[in-house]
Amino acid sequence: MRAAVFLLAALLAGLVSACGLAKGGGPDMGVILAQAPAEKLSAYGLFSDTAAAAPAAGVVPYDLVNPLFSDHAAKHRLVFVPGGERAAYSDKDVFAFPVGTVLVKTFAFAPDMRTPDEGAYRVETRLLIHKAAGWAAYPYIWNEDATEAVYAPIGGKRTIETITPAGAPITINYAVPNQNQCKMCHQARDALSPIGPKARNLNHQGQLEEWAAKGMLDRLAPSAPSAPAVDDVSLPLEARARAWLDINCAHCHKPDGSASNSGLVLSATETDPVKTGIGKHPVAAGRGAGKLFQVIVPGAPDRSILAYRMASTEPGVAMPELGRSVPDPEGLALVRDWIAEMEPR
Amino acid sequence: MALARVACAATFALVLAACTPDTASAPASGPAAPAPLSAEGDFGATLQGALINARPGDTIIMPEGTFALADSLSLDVDGVTLRGAGQGVTVLDFAQQSGAGEGLLVTSDDVTLTDFTVRDTKGDGIKSKGADRITYKQLTVEWSGEPDEANGAYGVYPVESKDVLVENVTVRGASDAGIYVGQSSNIIVRNSVVEFNVAGIEIENSTGADVYGNIARNNTGAILVFDLPDLPVTGGNATRIYANQIFANNTRNFAPAGNIVAGVPSGTGVIIMANRNVHVFGNAFENNRSAHVLITAYSLPFTDAAYNPLPRDVVIRNNTYSGGGADPQGILTPLAEALGGTLPPIVWDGVSTWPGAAEAQTVNLTIAEAPEVGFLNFGIPSYPLDPATLAPSPDRPASSPPAEPAAIVLAHVKE
Repeated sequence: MRAAVFLLAALLAGLVSACGLAKGGGPDMGVILAQAPAEKLSAYGLFSDTAAAAPAAGVVPYDLVNPLFSDHAAKHRLVFVPGGERAAYSDKDVFAFPVGTVLVKTFAFAPDMRTPDEGAYRVETRLLIHKAAGWAAYPYIWNEDATEAVYAPIGGKRTIETITPAGAPITINYAVPNQNQCKMCHQARDALSPIGPKARNLNHQGQLEEWAAKGMLDRLAPSAPSAPAVDDVSLPLEARARAWLDINCAHCHKPDGSASNSGLVLSATETDPVKTGIGKHPVAAGRGAGKLFQVIVPGAPDRSILAYRMASTEPGVAMPELGRSVPDPEGLALVRDWIAEMEPR
Repeated sequence: MALARVACAATFALVLAACTPDTASAPASGPAAPAPLSAEGDFGATLQGALINARPGDTIIMPEGTFALADSLSLDVDGVTLRGAGQGVTVLDFAQQSGAGEGLLVTSDDVTLTDFTVRDTKGDGIKSKGADRITYKQLTVEWSGEPDEANGAYGVYPVESKDVLVENVTVRGASDAGIYVGQSSNIIVRNSVVEFNVAGIEIENSTGADVYGNIARNNTGAILVFDLPDLPVTGGNATRIYANQIFANNTRNFAPAGNIVAGVPSGTGVIIMANRNVHVFGNAFENNRSAHVLITAYSLPFTDAAYNPLPRDVVIRNNTYSGGGADPQGILTPLAEALGGTLPPIVWDGVSTWPGAAEAQTVNLTIAEAPEVGFLNFGIPSYPLDPATLAPSPDRPASSPPAEPAAIVLAHVKE
């Protein structure tokens, strides 16, 4: 059955390219830099075979040390840096990518996320494009037979039935964000910015060296930072928990992010304990505070607003506000363990 | 819909290029009033699509009707006006909302929101963040039913913005503040009605606010001017509260515990906490059961070295006071019990220092009311409160009244 689907997809892809509908020439700079987004994902030429989501030449798969939790979705990332151009390396900031760069993130599910490649199907693909005027974010939703994804500025909803990586059956009311919601997470002051591609998030398994070897990066640092892997139990709990908060929360909870007015800063580099939530009173949380008095009460995860909101699925309470409808059980356990091990005061 | 518009425009352009324009069938020239959005189909999708595809200067017109919205809305285009057919006529109903907090989030500048109602959001009603020169007018934001701690926190919620106008707005049922302006500057809140909220109007960590001509009734506390520690913007100052009607703000405090307003005693009119240069004059206070005016320091521990928890340079003058003070609530109950169980119209905690302060500070509190207007200084030396150290006094403190801030002039509003 699965083989039949595959065959059909291959056949269809063949047909499509035979008809000349798929661009064979790789990324199309005219489409990438156009003021308006293309109606169809295939128009960008980012895939040599759209139905198979096979990247075109020059479009490079990459991954992050710690991915953001998105309702258990599997994520497949691609980066395209225009030929002859390079991103500028930074130790602490997102790399400065040249105009024309495209970051591609495809969200996929499978019937059983313990084997995410078996029977996988794509739900959406988000593009982050560095236009001449700055970064722009565009959501695309895949059609039923996964041959094409269509521009979806107002996002969409899809019910997903699957089994979590921990083996629990789950129904997910998956939400594809709308274009403004893309901006909420990708906000940096008044502009948009990528979140993931920083040295600390990319630096594992020789990935930075690979980027440099491909001519996508202007230089390598002798000792580039690397985020602690949240699932590496050999590492200290605090480092892992702070790394989880950094990738899941700090895109908003940073001084120039969407949640700046809360005064809660969850970047791994923040050193002021109150700013990271320890002993911090809520400001505008409303019922999101769950009748609790502090963001983090050392030694007491059950009295910490942080853990309460991470565990919630209720609109107006659940954090992050966007991008998840179910809790991340591993992340929640990690943050709770970290709070529990803190010295009470 | 927007896609259809693009396709239509493209077709039209082709026609123009291909042949002589047919003036008879072309739309009339000159700026036409925009058509209202269609009320048919998924209105939430239609409206969000219009908000995303808007261009600077556009007006988006919403039709009459009550529309059930499943998702929060957002606007990130400068210079857009979102207009309904009237308060209670165009109703955005969020009772079935899933995902995200607020009803509508605005993150662009020069936006006007007018003539519609937002009802029963799961989180805040309308929030604008980093949205300069915003106007909220002729809007209603409400939570139906009895005051409930499960209601959203703020009704109208501009934050981190410069030049903010809120006028002719009605907010009821907010479990925190009906109209809350935070970490902003140059603010006018006027001619609005706030009722059955925990706090009616709250100006917090903000500089330069005129709050006048409002009716604040049946809230827990009517008008709050606060400054809180550990926020990106502190040092709130220069607020004038005048010509407001502040009546019977005796609703029980239904704020979820943990929030700062959960400490507001039911039955208070104006509360000034840790803010500087605040002038309260020409208001009519009636039947607020705890106290009409409460002036207090921030009482919780804090670590923010730049923060001053004291109210400073406060002027209370020329207001009218009637009834109230007979049934003090919350933290004021035990304090008043020691003094016979009732409170005068104006009450000050008397705090002039805090743990870690270099030295006692001058609060400079001016009470310029007729001699018969009662005043009480609890004489609390500092927080945390130790009842044994109270030194109550009815004497008005000596002061040198600070100059009143000039009237707020907004960059985007012609008076």
